[in-house]
Amino acid sequence: MKYYRAHVLICSGSNCMIKGCRNIRHTLEQELVHHGLQWEVKVVDTGCLGLCEQGPSLIVYPEGVMYGRLATGDIREIVTEHLLKGRLVHRLMQQPTSPTGEVAPLSLTPFFQKQKRIVLKNCGLIDPERLEDYVQTGGYTALATVLDTMTPERVITELKESGLRGRGGAGFSTGKKWELTRAARGEPKYLICNADEGEPGTFKDRLILEGDPHLIIEGMAIGGYATGATQGLVYIRGEYELSIRRMERAIRQARENGLLGKNILGSTYSFDIEVCAGAGAYVCGEETALIESIEGNRGEPRFKPPYPAEKGLWGKPTSVNNVETLANVPAIMEKGAPWYRSLGTPNSPGTKVFTLTGNVVNSGLIEVPMGITLREVIYEIGGGIPNGRQFKMAQTGGTSGGCLAAVHLDIPMDYDSLQSHGSSLGSGALLVMDDSHCIVDLTRCFLKFFVHESCGQCTPCREGTPALYELVDKISRGEASEVALALINRLSRTLQNSSLCALGQTAPVPVLSALRHFWPEIEAHFGGRCPANKCVMGKAVGKSAN
Amino acid sequence: MSEHAAHRREKIRPFVSQAGGLLKALHALQDASPEHFLAPCDLKLVADVFDVPVAKVWGTATFYSLYSTTPRGRYIIRVCESAPCYVVGAMDILKTLEEKLHIKPGQTTDDGRFTLEVASCLGVCGVAPALMVDMHVHGNLTPDKLVSILDNYV
Amino acid sequence: MLTNVTINGKTIAVPAGSTILAACQQADIKVPTLCHHPDQQVKAACRVCMVEVEGHRILQPACSYPVHPGMVIHTATPAVREARRTILELMLASHPADCLQCPRNLKCELQQLASEMNVRETPFPKALRELREDQSTVSIKRTPAKCVNCRRCVHACLTTQGIGLLYTAARGRSTVVQTAADAPLSETPCVLCGQCLQACPVGAITEVDDTDKVWDALADLTKHVVVQVAPAIRVALGEEFGGESGSIVTGKLVAALRLLGFDRVFDTDFTADLTILEEGHELLERVTHGGTLPMITSCSPGWVKFAEHNYPNQLAHLSSCKSPQQMFGTLAKTYYAEKSGLLPSSVFVVSIMPCTAKKYEAARPEMASSGYRDVDVVLTTRELARMLKQAGIDWASITADEFDAPLGISTGAGVIFGATGGVMEAALRTVYEVVSGQELGVVDFMEVRGMTGVKEAAVQMGDLVVRVGVAHGLANARQLMEQVASGSSPYHFIEIMCCPGGCIGGGGQPIPTTHAVREKRIRSIYNADQAMVLRKSHQNPAVAELYEEFLKRPLGHKSHSLLHTEYVPREAR
Repeated sequence: MKYYRAHVLICSGSNCMIKGCRNIRHTLEQELVHHGLQWEVKVVDTGCLGLCEQGPSLIVYPEGVMYGRLATGDIREIVTEHLLKGRLVHRLMQQPTSPTGEVAPLSLTPFFQKQKRIVLKNCGLIDPERLEDYVQTGGYTALATVLDTMTPERVITELKESGLRGRGGAGFSTGKKWELTRAARGEPKYLICNADEGEPGTFKDRLILEGDPHLIIEGMAIGGYATGATQGLVYIRGEYELSIRRMERAIRQARENGLLGKNILGSTYSFDIEVCAGAGAYVCGEETALIESIEGNRGEPRFKPPYPAEKGLWGKPTSVNNVETLANVPAIMEKGAPWYRSLGTPNSPGTKVFTLTGNVVNSGLIEVPMGITLREVIYEIGGGIPNGRQFKMAQTGGTSGGCLAAVHLDIPMDYDSLQSHGSSLGSGALLVMDDSHCIVDLTRCFLKFFVHESCGQCTPCREGTPALYELVDKISRGEASEVALALINRLSRTLQNSSLCALGQTAPVPVLSALRHFWPEIEAHFGGRCPANKCVMGKAVGKSAN
Repeated sequence: MSEHAAHRREKIRPFVSQAGGLLKALHALQDASPEHFLAPCDLKLVADVFDVPVAKVWGTATFYSLYSTTPRGRYIIRVCESAPCYVVGAMDILKTLEEKLHIKPGQTTDDGRFTLEVASCLGVCGVAPALMVDMHVHGNLTPDKLVSILDNYV
Repeated sequence: MLTNVTINGKTIAVPAGSTILAACQQADIKVPTLCHHPDQQVKAACRVCMVEVEGHRILQPACSYPVHPGMVIHTATPAVREARRTILELMLASHPADCLQCPRNLKCELQQLASEMNVRETPFPKALRELREDQSTVSIKRTPAKCVNCRRCVHACLTTQGIGLLYTAARGRSTVVQTAADAPLSETPCVLCGQCLQACPVGAITEVDDTDKVWDALADLTKHVVVQVAPAIRVALGEEFGGESGSIVTGKLVAALRLLGFDRVFDTDFTADLTILEEGHELLERVTHGGTLPMITSCSPGWVKFAEHNYPNQLAHLSSCKSPQQMFGTLAKTYYAEKSGLLPSSVFVVSIMPCTAKKYEAARPEMASSGYRDVDVVLTTRELARMLKQAGIDWASITADEFDAPLGISTGAGVIFGATGGVMEAALRTVYEVVSGQELGVVDFMEVRGMTGVKEAAVQMGDLVVRVGVAHGLANARQLMEQVASGSSPYHFIEIMCCPGGCIGGGGQPIPTTHAVREKRIRSIYNADQAMVLRKSHQNPAVAELYEEFLKRPLGHKSHSLLHTEYVPREAR
């Protein structure tokens, strides 16, 4: 067996791939050979570390030192100084050192300190393309325990007690969903992993699939066991080429090792997984639209009831679960519901993976206990607003979420708190915007998304989202007056209470939250003025317009 | 049936028994097309092999953003215009591309090299603003980086 | 099992699992709908039927949401009315506002909804889709700009007819129902049956209007204009004037046609009887001389076109007989012209049909055996009603009249052609007597009647047991045709009607033509048959005279050149 005196883990999540981590690896390998270190230092591609803004990055173990913002020119220095001579390269480091030269553990840096990595446990720690790595950190233990010592009903009870709620955005009790699927009649039953991540600002599922695909396989296998599903499917959006490849590879590995297929781990339980790809439609993230897509149809949501648990894929009982939801399952089975409940809040137990984007210093991927405040996330973990600007607003839950102002910074991030302030937790996307932006201009951008993504099936959304867009556009151009408000509100109400699916139902949320929290700025536009100087005003300005 | 037609039929036949097979078939046929689109013969073939009406295949193909039923260029540029990219300058990127390529979204350059499209969130917001050229993502874009990026695609 | 629900304060017991809409209908509470169709699967797409359900955060669609015990429903609260109004305003914003030019003016479900909900204008900017009209066929016109995306036509073509050449395409505001690649209908395997038209609530699919041609002919003094009327018209035309579904209005129909100015008012039932003579002998010929069996009827042009596209290798099974419409046209310009001392070129034949495909049939290149176009113009029932209204004819007050001889004489066997199973029954009434040599006591063959999709019967005729199959609606036709194509059909003779219910359910009939309406029209067809003295085709004296004076014998040389036809294999997709 080979012993290495140092490990270099290179973040190879999509964001760093785009930034050129392949070149970093190539250069590193060359330098190691050049200095004769290739038998002493192991180089590993690992999943997303989360500090996407600082990528490409790598961590050197055993010291646990992270180097970021790397260019190929930096690599020689890391090899010669750190790996050869044991001297840290401070200018590239992401964490502070004490006066005595001790490196603060990565986990104590502001970015990582408040994080609790359950779902992202292995991201940054293992090579996602090696099954052995996953097993070495305890992977598939939960599945073995479940198959060996728990009945499906027991699994469901544990999951219900844990309070795990759907992490794709809907927040429905996962235990309840599995219970309904188990109780439904029809065979075969299906368990579908929803990896059609399309909510703008969300890239967590991509990085989880790329960084720890076996975690999803394990979660799905446990879910299949609990629900009685014998067939699993992972529906990955078509643009996520690397996720698809890594998932397919992991499935092959699992099959080859008796972790998928007939009689898993020697039990009587059989379960297998197939991967299918989407073709570019945000609405396919809706569970029934996703099912329609798998069936080869237009991704048009079905009316509910009946719910997929009763009549899903090919009319059979189906549970559709988000990637992150499934990623929580092995840990819950292993450590128990009380442990999971010890994290987060009573109504929103556990952790949540958030993706920070927009005008924030540390954009990237984090996992924190539910209930952490917006301020902590943006300022402590996110590093605050760059370029000397001020915080203006944050949109939580993606484009279908509401906008929160500075006065809301101390709101806890959980399902219910955000909802009561006119926003939502949603997928965990957190878009930060500074004071260079205009609320009207941004709202128009949000609505354009829905216009493009509406499936066209139901009247309110098909005709109403473009109508709503046009009304906001008019405000932006200074061509609307307060008269438009009544229509915006009526149209929004109709979208919310009459649309067939959540796309139409949530399209008005950004508009309504903007009206609620940023009224003075919107009102200024009626008078032909854009305080942020972003909107291009039309010819007819002033209250006489429209 | 010509050899070429038989070959195409055999290529997509295995998809019939796979989950999401019809979409996979459309992907495969479009990827094999030099002009990156689904021609009427492609739709007829899928209709035939999957035993569904061709109007339904048309309805499915025209629903999804990644498919095109009109010919496109050698490379498809898709610029993200969703909020996370928008707030860090996506529109400047789009405008620069329109100027450099002399086309608007939905159009193809005269030499058939690039088709420009706008896209919804690509899921790489960590490196916003971003675009994709075919399946390659380019992130952390600034207007001056664009020329060198485009030069990679001949 | 029943469950109690309360609607607008009224508590009633409904079958468990009913939709809210069904419960409301039971309580006689009207809920507006658009994409809902009583004969189709639920779509819940238009969202016009939203209602308030206590305990629910949002409104629910009545057409799809199931009731639960103790559910409390409100169908006209301010929230509900606001939603309906907004949805309608949104629809109006994307719908062309040319009602006065639209054939569905006053008969349009969108107009009706707007009127009922008191929506007279829309605050939303006009947002019309730029879509071309399709006037590529002689039967049906598509105006996709008017499509409201209800998908009722999709269901009619795909599920009822088993063809599926209309489907929802594109996404978002561009969404519209269209053919593959928006190809004109003439470039598709469309059979022009018009079931899509029957399903459309607005003017997105309409018939090609040929009334001007008829007005011109009637005004042309050099023309001798004769009209033939299909069996299905006499149990449906009254509906266009406020009559009950299926009321028999034969006498008024004849009188009205005479008032319009036709020189002769004849009856397609006459040539229906004739068809039985020709086709009955053709069947016996095949049975006794080892011809292609099963033989399949050929009077439904939608079915014939369907066979040409989808079963091109089985066309030999089709009877070579023309349809009664076409036989009539040929005879009008040969036998009748001769008998009346008229120049064949001066005879102008108009036929009133329940069918849009008949316009296509009349225009088929080979349908000119008389030396002229056998049938000059085909009008649907709806077009005739329009002409009567244009002429200011007061339907209520006209007194019944009778068809002219000789081409207006018919038997009950002729009138039942209008219903599914009718051609088969008419044929059996004659073939039975020819084969067994015995008189048929009870002329009713109940097994081939009714709305069941595929029917069959076995009739003992002397030594022979004749097995027959009947299908209506093309999805049902496919079932029988698959057997034929695989060589496993157990029948000697098959009747196929393109439209559900047979011709009475045709694409040219008054709108609406739902299952319930079809059943009523069918009942009237058999009532009309029962009321006639002569009920077997071979008893028709005018037909007997025709053979004696002109054709000589069934399947004879003259019959073959005038009354029989050939079929054309066509592409499948």
